[in-house]
Amino acid sequence: MALVTYLEAIRDGLREEMERDDRVFMIGEDIGSFGGAFKVTEGLQERFGADRVVDAPISETAIVGAAAGAAHMGLRPVCEMQFIDFLSCAYSIITNYVATARYRADLKTPMVIRGPSGGYVRGGPFHSQNPEAAYLHTPGLKIVAPATVRDAKGLIKAAIRDDDPVLYFEHKYLYRRIKEDLPDGEEILTPIGKAHVAREGTHLTIVTYSAMVHKALEAAERLSNDGISVEVIDLRTLLPIDDATIVASVKKTSRVLIVHEDTRTGGMAGELAARINEQCFEWLDAPVRRVCAHDVPLPYAPTLEDFVLPQIDDIVKAVRWMVRY
Amino acid sequence: MTDIPAGLTRAQLHELYYWMRLTRSLEEKLVALYRQTKVIGGLFRSLGQEADAVGSAFALDRAKGDILSPLIRNLGSMLVQGATPVEVLRQYMAKADSPTRGRELNLHFNDLDRGFLGQISHLGDMVPVMCGVTMSFKIRRQPRVGMVYIGDGGMSTGAFHEGLNFAAVQRLPLVVVCENNGYAYSTPMRKQTAVQFLVEKAAAYGVAGEQADGNDVLAVYETTRRAVDRARAGGGVTLLELITFRRKGHAEHDNQSYVPTEELEAWEARDPIDRYVRRLTEQGWASPAELTDLDHRVTTEIDTAVMLCENEPLPDPASALTGVLAVPAAAELEWYRRL
Repeated sequence: MALVTYLEAIRDGLREEMERDDRVFMIGEDIGSFGGAFKVTEGLQERFGADRVVDAPISETAIVGAAAGAAHMGLRPVCEMQFIDFLSCAYSIITNYVATARYRADLKTPMVIRGPSGGYVRGGPFHSQNPEAAYLHTPGLKIVAPATVRDAKGLIKAAIRDDDPVLYFEHKYLYRRIKEDLPDGEEILTPIGKAHVAREGTHLTIVTYSAMVHKALEAAERLSNDGISVEVIDLRTLLPIDDATIVASVKKTSRVLIVHEDTRTGGMAGELAARINEQCFEWLDAPVRRVCAHDVPLPYAPTLEDFVLPQIDDIVKAVRWMVRY
Repeated sequence: MTDIPAGLTRAQLHELYYWMRLTRSLEEKLVALYRQTKVIGGLFRSLGQEADAVGSAFALDRAKGDILSPLIRNLGSMLVQGATPVEVLRQYMAKADSPTRGRELNLHFNDLDRGFLGQISHLGDMVPVMCGVTMSFKIRRQPRVGMVYIGDGGMSTGAFHEGLNFAAVQRLPLVVVCENNGYAYSTPMRKQTAVQFLVEKAAAYGVAGEQADGNDVLAVYETTRRAVDRARAGGGVTLLELITFRRKGHAEHDNQSYVPTEELEAWEARDPIDRYVRRLTEQGWASPAELTDLDHRVTTEIDTAVMLCENEPLPDPASALTGVLAVPAAAELEWYRRL
C-alpha cells in the first residue's frame, strides 16, 4: 500500500498508461521539464522524452486540434489545459470538430482533455471555473469528474483507454488535500458511465460530484446525528449520465437534492432534475431542489467567494428543509 | 518538342489534364443535378481553380501515404488522392451509401487510407488537426507529408494562426496551401487582410514562403513539389500562396453581383484548362486526339457514376441515432416517438 494524493494518483495513472501503451502521449503548456503549473506531469518528460510529453505554445485550439489529428492516426493523446478555464478557448474545435468526428465522418478520435477545475482556492473568475455545463449539451463527448483519489487514478486510466473523446475535470482543491492508500500492483480502472453510492441512506438522496462529494458526505454525517439518513451519489461520470443509479436511489428515498459547485442556471442540476421528473415523478415526496453556486462570476475575496459557493451549512439546511416538506 | 518541366512524364502531363477536366465536368454534372433538385444542399464550384487543386495534390506521394485536408473548392485535390465521382455524387445527393451515410454534405468526407481528411465548415480548424496528423508522422518517424488548404478568408481565423504557429514551432512536415481566389463569399481580400500577398505572412511564422500562379498547373505542381520535398526532408513548414480566382459565386445560389465584370473577364481569359491545353498542344506534349480521348473517358466515367447512384435511396431515418459515440453505440430514441 502507498499513501498517495489525488494529484499523485492522476500522475500515476498517466505514467502507467504511457508505460502500457506507446500510443499515449501528452500535449500541453509547460508540461515538459517544468512539469506543469501544478506539477501533475512532473518527471514524465524525463521518463518518456519530448516526443511523448510535448510542450505547446499558448494555443488551446491548436493543442486540441493537434490531439484530434493524432488520434485519427491511431495515437491516444492527452491534452492538459493549464487551468480548465482556458478550455473555452478551444470550445469551437471541441464541439464542432472533435465531438462530431465519429458521427459525421467515422473518424476515430480517442483523446482526453484534462485540467484543474473548481474553486474554494481564491483563484478569482478565471482560475476557478467549472465548465461541465458548456459541454454537457454536446453529443459526442464524455465528461468525468473524480471526487476521490482512487477514482482520480481509475478515471484517467479509463479515459485514456476509452475510444471516445473524454473531458476529465480534476478538482484543484483536492490535489493535495486528500490522500488514500492505493494498493501497489492493482490495476485501478473506474468504469466510465457508472455512478457510485458514496454513502447509503434512506431519507433523502444527494446527487453530486467532484469536490462537492466531500461536502455532501460531511453534511450527511452531521445530519445523521439528528437521525436523518442521507444517501450520497457521486456521479463520477457527468456524460453519459447514469440514470439507473440515480433512479434506484430516488425510488428508495423519495427526496432528492442536487448539489454542485457550478452556477445554477443552465447547469448540470437542471438536467438531472428534468430526468428525475421524467422517470420518478410518482415516487417523489418533495420537489427536486438544487444547491449550486449563485449566478455570478466567481469573485476573488475570501468573503465573496465563500458567500457565492455552496457550503456544508447550506447543504445541511437544504436537507432539513426537504425532509420537513 | 521541348523538354517537359518538373521531371514529369508525358503520361503524367496527360493525367494532370484528366484530373482538371474530370473536376470541371463533374461539377457541371452536379449543376445539372442541382437544377433538377437532386443535389439537396448547396453546390460549390471551383471553376477556374482546377489547376491549383490538382497541381498541388499531384505533388504529394500517394505511395508514401501523404495526407491532405481539402476545402470546399478542392474537388480536384480529392480526386487526385483517390476520391471517386460516385462518392462525390452520393454525398451531394445525400444517399444512404454516401461515404458519410447522408450525415454530411458535399466534399466533407474522408478516407485516411487514400490520403484525404474531410474538412468541417469552421475555417481554420483543419490546420491544427493536420498538425496532429503530421505530429503522428514525426512521432513514428515516418517519411510522410501533410498538406492543408486555406483560403484568403480562412487565414483570418484564430485557428489558422494557432495551427500554423504550432506547426512552425514543432517543425512539422506540413505544407499549408493558401488559395488566394480574391473573395471570401462577398468580401474581397483587401477587406480581409492588410498585406498585399498572403505569402508575406510566412516570415512572421518563421516558415518558408512560396508563391505560384495558381492557374498554371505545372507551376503549381513544381512549386508545391519543392515544398513537399522540403517537408519530407525535415525542413519544416511551407506557406504556399497560389494566386487564382473564384469565377463563380460562393455557392450556386450566389450570382456574385459584387464582382466587377472586367475582373471576371480577365480571369476567364486565364482559364487554367484552356491555358494548359494550349501549352500541351503547342509543345507537342499531347495531340488533339489524345485530349479528346481523355475527354471521352471523363464523360463516360461521370455518366456511369450518375447512372449507378442517381436512383439510390436516402438513408433509413432511424440510422440517424447510431455512432455518436463508440459506447453507447446509439443515442436514445425520444419518448414521444415511442408513444
